[in-house]
Amino acid sequence: MANVTRIALIGNPNAGKSSLFNTLTGMNQKTGNFPGVTMDKLTGIWELEPGRNIEILDLPGIYSIYPKSIDEELVINILGNPKHPDYPDMAIVVADASNLKRNLLLFSQVRDLGIPTVLALNMIDVAENQGFVINSLKLARELNVEVAEINAKKGIGVGGLKLAVIKTLKHRYASNDALPLPVADELIDDVQKQFGEADPYRSLLWLMEHDRMKMFDQPQRESFDHLMEKHHFESKKYKSAETVKRYEQISEVVERCVINLNRQWDAEPVKTWTDRLDKVFIHSFWGYVIFLAILFVMFQAVFTWATYPMDLIDGGVAQLNDWLKGILPDSPLTGLLTDGLIAGVGGVLIFVPQIAFLFFFISMLEETGYMSRVMFIMDKMMRRFGLNGKSVVPLISGIACAVPAIMSTRSIGSWKDRLITILVTPLMSCSARLPIYTVLIALVVPEKNTLFGVFNLQGVALFGLYLLGFFMALLSAWVLKKILRAKERSYFIMELPTYKGPRFKHVAISIYNSVRAFIFEAGKIIVAISIVLWVFASYGPGDSMAKIEEQVRLKNPTLTGVDLSNKIASEKLENSYAGHFGKLIEPAIKPLGYDWKIGIALITSFAAREVFVGTMSTIYSLGGEVDNENATIKNRMRAEINPDTGKPMYDAALGFSLLIFYAFAMQCMSTLATTYRETKSWKYPLIQFGYMTTLAYLAAFLVYQILS
Amino acid sequence: MLTLADLRIGEHGEITGFTDEILSLKLLEMGCLPGTEVILTHHAPFGDPIALKVSGYTLTMRREEAATIQIKRK
Ligand SMILES: Nc1nc2c(ncn2[C@@H]2O[C@H](COP(=O)(O)OP(=O)(O)OP(=O)(O)O)[C@@H](O)[C@H]2O)c(=O)[nH]1
Ligand SMILES: [Mg+2]
Repeated sequence: MANVTRIALIGNPNAGKSSLFNTLTGMNQKTGNFPGVTMDKLTGIWELEPGRNIEILDLPGIYSIYPKSIDEELVINILGNPKHPDYPDMAIVVADASNLKRNLLLFSQVRDLGIPTVLALNMIDVAENQGFVINSLKLARELNVEVAEINAKKGIGVGGLKLAVIKTLKHRYASNDALPLPVADELIDDVQKQFGEADPYRSLLWLMEHDRMKMFDQPQRESFDHLMEKHHFESKKYKSAETVKRYEQISEVVERCVINLNRQWDAEPVKTWTDRLDKVFIHSFWGYVIFLAILFVMFQAVFTWATYPMDLIDGGVAQLNDWLKGILPDSPLTGLLTDGLIAGVGGVLIFVPQIAFLFFFISMLEETGYMSRVMFIMDKMMRRFGLNGKSVVPLISGIACAVPAIMSTRSIGSWKDRLITILVTPLMSCSARLPIYTVLIALVVPEKNTLFGVFNLQGVALFGLYLLGFFMALLSAWVLKKILRAKERSYFIMELPTYKGPRFKHVAISIYNSVRAFIFEAGKIIVAISIVLWVFASYGPGDSMAKIEEQVRLKNPTLTGVDLSNKIASEKLENSYAGHFGKLIEPAIKPLGYDWKIGIALITSFAAREVFVGTMSTIYSLGGEVDNENATIKNRMRAEINPDTGKPMYDAALGFSLLIFYAFAMQCMSTLATTYRETKSWKYPLIQFGYMTTLAYLAAFLVYQILS
Repeated sequence: MLTLADLRIGEHGEITGFTDEILSLKLLEMGCLPGTEVILTHHAPFGDPIALKVSGYTLTMRREEAATIQIKRK
């Protein structure tokens, strides 16, 4: 693979790099209409000419080659270091044509680094709507670069882009010796002597950003510092002056190449849709009202609209199980298949409609550009709690899954804001909690309409749980803010993109991918844990299991038929390995209202909470009790009797206690691993695990004691 | 000294300089250059952050950040 040509997509955040990447490679990289969607590099293959495949590298967006956050740092580490394994042979700078000057700043820097570059003008449709016409031929001549007009979203202009790329690859870039602003000649000489030949501007980049570049070690960084001191070089001043200088030159170029229709007609600037919509969406009062209303509708939809397909799936799985039990011999393996695997997987499948609805809404928020408005209206409130307006993206995508959500914190510039966001994001109720919520709410909240008879009470309860998670995240953030010390100051300077219509194809693909990941990722864990659990729940230490049947018969001579086999089954479960584990932790969880059966579910849930429903169905089906008819997990739990009181086990106290426990507890290995990766320390995942689990225990304890 | 934080919705100003060196690079890169015209277009609930039109697009920032941008009225 040594000689494959590699092209990096570089550009401002939200310029359309990932859209172009998808168009060129046919892949489905995540896109969205707010700055900071892509947080990591991704490689794909583009057929440049028949028989000639090249690599395309999608990267996070940057505003300049001077990084201010970790996602930007990643790009500079690649562009600045020719020995980097991802170092590109050439760059396509994707520029948002509706914002040409700011996008050309980055273009001019990338070109001066000595990387052959093509300029792809994207979002021309948006520019034209705003009244700007760009003469791209002239722009190409002025900038001395190949320019291609594209529409990355619709996939228009790929042919022209190919030509531009092929030409640029053929006529290699001639090294540029000029610097944007002169510096002492000896300074560049010194850098080159110590760190090797490079274009002067690249040498300067090394000098100014050596602390953020992983290619240098500590002694090298110190010698950079010495060089700066020796030559009285002030990098901040230089960067600012350079930026001003570049903008001056760019303004002249743009002046000559862009026709501003607004100015020619001497009319008021065109009132765009974005201006009109923003009048309400970021209004000081209506902004909040609309945001809350959108969330509320979202959870109503998730709960009520999704019930119809869910009931179908639920019934289908139960029927399949009955049918299998009917035709297969009554053996332990049949039990594993039906009560373990199918019940466990069914426990996942049934939630597909809800997950799909959830992802639909989140994807709409991201695609339309509304997400950045939420960041804007929430920043002030977030700041009070030690977070940042940009924390909204991780918190909202945490509703889907905390793992990508934690990754999306990379665009938050201040380390303290970012760390706090990482630590509290898992308190947002993720989609793996949805099945648990749904089952438990159905048990303890009556199904009736409330609030003027329009809203479903169970839907309101679900919304309440999500809000609870959100407020607990805020509260924890506030506490962390008091504890952690800030290294640097937090800031919130962000672009508001124009509203864009959602692409339904993209929304559909994103739902499909998320649902598939949910089924397969969760499915894998559930199948694995179901098998282990089933073994542990079917076998016990020594020959205790074998003796149970006899003992039960001896102790209960009057029992016969179904009652007898139920009794045997439940005694067996109690004496199995799993039963022993459950019994072991029962004293610790008794104050929360849980018995050893729930204890088993808690133990299995600590690897991944999505196994809760599967574990419950395995335990309750192995434990006997319910006859086969309509044996869904809900009905099985509803029929469970508390042996101490003789009343139904899942009363309000236990139900809410469990709900609260699962809302707050840290039960996800993948999240902890992600926190470790993003903070590069075991300290923070441990803190996360510790505080969330303590919180869960205390809150569940309080709820149970108050309600019972 | 008049700063961007003093503008009211709909008011115009012209950037004349910055008072914070660290923030100024970020602001310059985002197109807030001396001599550029800005219009304050929105503020979020409770008056903070603010949104302004600059160099042909909408930029948002906190009030404390806007207070580091010196302006003169147009
Ligand atoms: N109108 C219009 N919209 C576009 C065009 N190209 C991309 N978009 C939209 O612009 C938004 C941003 O696109 P992305 O591809 O995610 O941008 P990006 O550069 O990868 O953004 P980051 O990953 O955040 O840096 C998406 O909503 C796209 O649908 C275009 O040519 N015209
Ligand atoms: Mg992207």
